[in-house]
Amino acid sequence: MNISNLTKLIKIAVGTTVIALSSAASMAELTIGFAQTGSESGWRTAFTNATKAEAEARGYNFKFSDGQGKQENQIKAIRSFIAQGVDGIVLAPLVTTGWDKVLKEAQRAKIPVVLVDRGLDSDPSLYVTSVGSDFTQEGAMIAAWLAVETEGTCDIVELQGAVGADAAIKRQTGFANVIENFSGMKIIASQTGSWSATGGKEVMESFLKSIGGENICAVWAHNDNMAIGAAQAIKEAGLKPSEDILIGSVDAIAEIFKTMADGETNVTLELSPYQGAAAFDALEAHLAGKDVPKRITVPGGLFYPETAAEEWAKRK
Amino acid sequence: MKERKKFLDINPKIWGPIFSLVVIIVIMGIIDPGFIQIEFKDGRLYGSLIDILVRATPTAIIALGMAVVIGTKGIDLSVGSVVAICGAVAAVLIVETQLPFFMVVIVSVLVGGGIGFLNGIMVSFIGIQPIIATLILMVSGRGIAQLVTGGRAVSFDSTAMDIIGSGALLAIPVRLWIMTALVLCTVLLLRKTALGLFLESVGANAKASRLLGIEARMLKVIAYIFSGMCAAVAGMILIADVSTAEINRLGLWLELDAILAVVLAGASLNGGRIYLGLTIIGALIIQTLTTIIFSSGVPVEYNLIVKACIILAVLLIQSETTKNYVSQLRTKSLENRHAE
Repeated sequence: MNISNLTKLIKIAVGTTVIALSSAASMAELTIGFAQTGSESGWRTAFTNATKAEAEARGYNFKFSDGQGKQENQIKAIRSFIAQGVDGIVLAPLVTTGWDKVLKEAQRAKIPVVLVDRGLDSDPSLYVTSVGSDFTQEGAMIAAWLAVETEGTCDIVELQGAVGADAAIKRQTGFANVIENFSGMKIIASQTGSWSATGGKEVMESFLKSIGGENICAVWAHNDNMAIGAAQAIKEAGLKPSEDILIGSVDAIAEIFKTMADGETNVTLELSPYQGAAAFDALEAHLAGKDVPKRITVPGGLFYPETAAEEWAKRK
Repeated sequence: MKERKKFLDINPKIWGPIFSLVVIIVIMGIIDPGFIQIEFKDGRLYGSLIDILVRATPTAIIALGMAVVIGTKGIDLSVGSVVAICGAVAAVLIVETQLPFFMVVIVSVLVGGGIGFLNGIMVSFIGIQPIIATLILMVSGRGIAQLVTGGRAVSFDSTAMDIIGSGALLAIPVRLWIMTALVLCTVLLLRKTALGLFLESVGANAKASRLLGIEARMLKVIAYIFSGMCAAVAGMILIADVSTAEINRLGLWLELDAILAVVLAGASLNGGRIYLGLTIIGALIIQTLTTIIFSSGVPVEYNLIVKACIILAVLLIQSETTKNYVSQLRTKSLENRHAE
């Protein structure tokens, strides 16, 4: 692989939308409210903790509200932030609709709102920016990893998510965009495993028979569950997953770390729990009167087998 | 030639599904000889045909129960959700308790049977239409399964489950033995006792059978209990597959495949007939199509369209109307020949 390809690759992987906003150090102590969705998953808790730590490091007066999975709790929290006259609000919207009224109230009170993790369907003028990861980039990052790992030569089988799902389409596109830069990399078969381990296993079984395990270099699964299923199918075909056939997937669910620690898959990608920093940067820039783009992408992190056992112990 | 034709004419219903299955496999074998190859690997048989048998097992077992329910002029839409509930129960029991494995199986099958009992009571004693009575659980069952697991997928480590999932006995996957045993037991129970006849008579004419002294209502309840138990067994096999109960996907749309398998076997949704062996063939036809689609490289958007077209073709081959039409054509051409 030549250098220009590698540069191209890194550019794609890191994404072009990541911005570095200088934090305004001279600003007086800020009061920031964060309306979180709840604590429904390990990732969500990690996200909350990372955001709290970041706020502490910046010396904010940080007000945190756990929505407990209910939109009305989040709306109540925003109202109370407005009543307390905070300098800025960070919102992780639980659903995409029903926010217009409360966002208008914040706008009237001249309090900027930054969205994290998920977007919502409202007039974009009601919030400063939306911070999050994107599916296309996730696909691109796994492709980039695979390109480096195989030096740009690999026959790949793809396990798609549910047909027509936004995440499936975008992960597929992101992956395809990267591998088209490498003449030696191509997708030789692609089927839906409908997001499930059973689905992934069944499809992989039929790929192993129709294509032959020795002709497959890697499995690219749109989520971890399907990767777990594929690893089992490969094992049952008498091959060694992660050595004979590489496996890369997205989501970083707890179980994938167990599978990875057992040496059966090679890489997973976690949605970044460190979106808080980007959100705070955006708020500070906005308060300092600078322009902020409407969409800020935070790249996720790749996890490898080396740390898998440790991560599994942490997350199970 | 003439003799074979006669043979086919004696029992066209029996030969229809088998003929369809053989034709599909032969066509596939011609296109891709690898498809019909069976190897011996790591002490077990290995090949696409074995995959089809293995993958068809849960559907076939559910279809077995469905065949009995449909035989009594009922229908059980709840089986997919029962699969999810019983799978969830089994997974949670394995993870959270120290119960021996056979107890896990018993509890799980009892849960399935209990749900079937409720369905049966609603249909038979309260008089709710079967499609509605079982729709209630079809819709709410997945929610119940989520309550059982607390909303997340439950993975477990269990040697017994590993054996059910991917073990083999005498080179044949364990789950095929389970299915064979279930089918044989059901056939013995239904055909060597009067039970099968009673169930069919209830389906053919419930009123007449009651007048003859057959306890029609209780028989219907039994049919639903059996269907629920079959779904429980299928649920355990499905979670054993990957040692995880993924309740959001577990058993999803399986009720439709099961009904289709029963119809492919030649049974009428108006009840009165139970074909057990042919129902298994029906399930095999469905799985063969799925496996073919996976290995053929058809773009995913066409998966269901291709499957629907082939199933339509199979049903047309088996339909009485088509047969009559073909035999009419044949008679006409014979008459023409005579006229000449």
